[in-house]
Amino acid sequence: MDGQSQTMDVSVWRGGEDGDYQTYQVPAYESQTILDVVSWIQQYEDPTLTYRFACRVGMCGSCAMMVNGEPRWTCRTHVRKVLTDGAIKVGPLRNLPVIKDLAADMDPFFDKWVAAGGVHTPSASRNEPIAPVDPDGDDRVTASAGIECINCSVCYAACDTVAGNDDYLGPAALQRAWTLYNDTKHDNRAGILDAVSGTGGCHNCHSMGSCTFYCPNELDPMAAIAGLKRETARSFFRNRKG
Amino acid sequence: MMRPARAHPLWLAFVLHRVSGVALALFLPLHFYVLSLALRAPERLDNFLTFAELPLVKFAEFGLVFLLAVHTAGGLRLMAMEWLPWSAPQKSLAAGAVGFAVLLSGTFFLQVI
Repeated sequence: MDGQSQTMDVSVWRGGEDGDYQTYQVPAYESQTILDVVSWIQQYEDPTLTYRFACRVGMCGSCAMMVNGEPRWTCRTHVRKVLTDGAIKVGPLRNLPVIKDLAADMDPFFDKWVAAGGVHTPSASRNEPIAPVDPDGDDRVTASAGIECINCSVCYAACDTVAGNDDYLGPAALQRAWTLYNDTKHDNRAGILDAVSGTGGCHNCHSMGSCTFYCPNELDPMAAIAGLKRETARSFFRNRKG
Repeated sequence: MMRPARAHPLWLAFVLHRVSGVALALFLPLHFYVLSLALRAPERLDNFLTFAELPLVKFAEFGLVFLLAVHTAGGLRLMAMEWLPWSAPQKSLAAGAVGFAVLLSGTFFLQVI
């Protein structure tokens, strides 16, 4: 720590949908994260500031916010990386309703995970022998590419197609669908293709790539959505795979 | 609400693809209109062709060829991304599309000046 000699101007969204930014003077510390800054404001300036966090180490996916206009996981975003002219702007996640201050309503985001067929349907019960899965098999490698998603909604906030189309399922839900589609232990592959080829489905994606660009875990939802486009089209022209 | 900063290569490739598509859609009716002059009013076509020799018009044609090339290359990139089972670095492909467009339109430009 280099003491509290320096401060920065931090603008934070206050209120609901029709709220506004309020600026706070926050002391600058060494190795400070955006979540540290928000927590400092809540602890020393205004205890009514509402925001979400849990693990603080980039595992739980609950602290995502807009930082200087970009969606970021705030617990792993260092102030020195994003500080612009001694100031930072922190707001609630884009493309989601604002509950209060920095807490966005995640319901639409998670409802779409279910709508995209994201609930696992087992192909065997616990009474049957465990089917072996080759970790190096093509299907498994493709499925494994998306399993590190922490449901933070950064991709959902980054996506301009979501911004323009309320029905669009969004990158995270579609990537989950693609993961399950490639999971040999999932019993409802045809159901996934039905779920993702409707009005708000994968074919709405314009391949802008903001999901892949902003994903904090360096996943590639855009490639997953491209996979779904391919498989839905293939099943349209032929009989379904599997 | 805040708008996200979007100036990453693939987003710019998306914008370029849309803008070039709209510009080409606006150009085509004019193009067909000028071609129709060959049948309806050959002397007006000749006047237009004289006008088209002006350096400024040649420069505009350079832009036109660029739009056509970038739209073609960008469209091929999208089709490759969505139809081939690979996930090559999309940034490089987008840059390749622009590079190809610059090469093609640049070649055209050097030929007409």
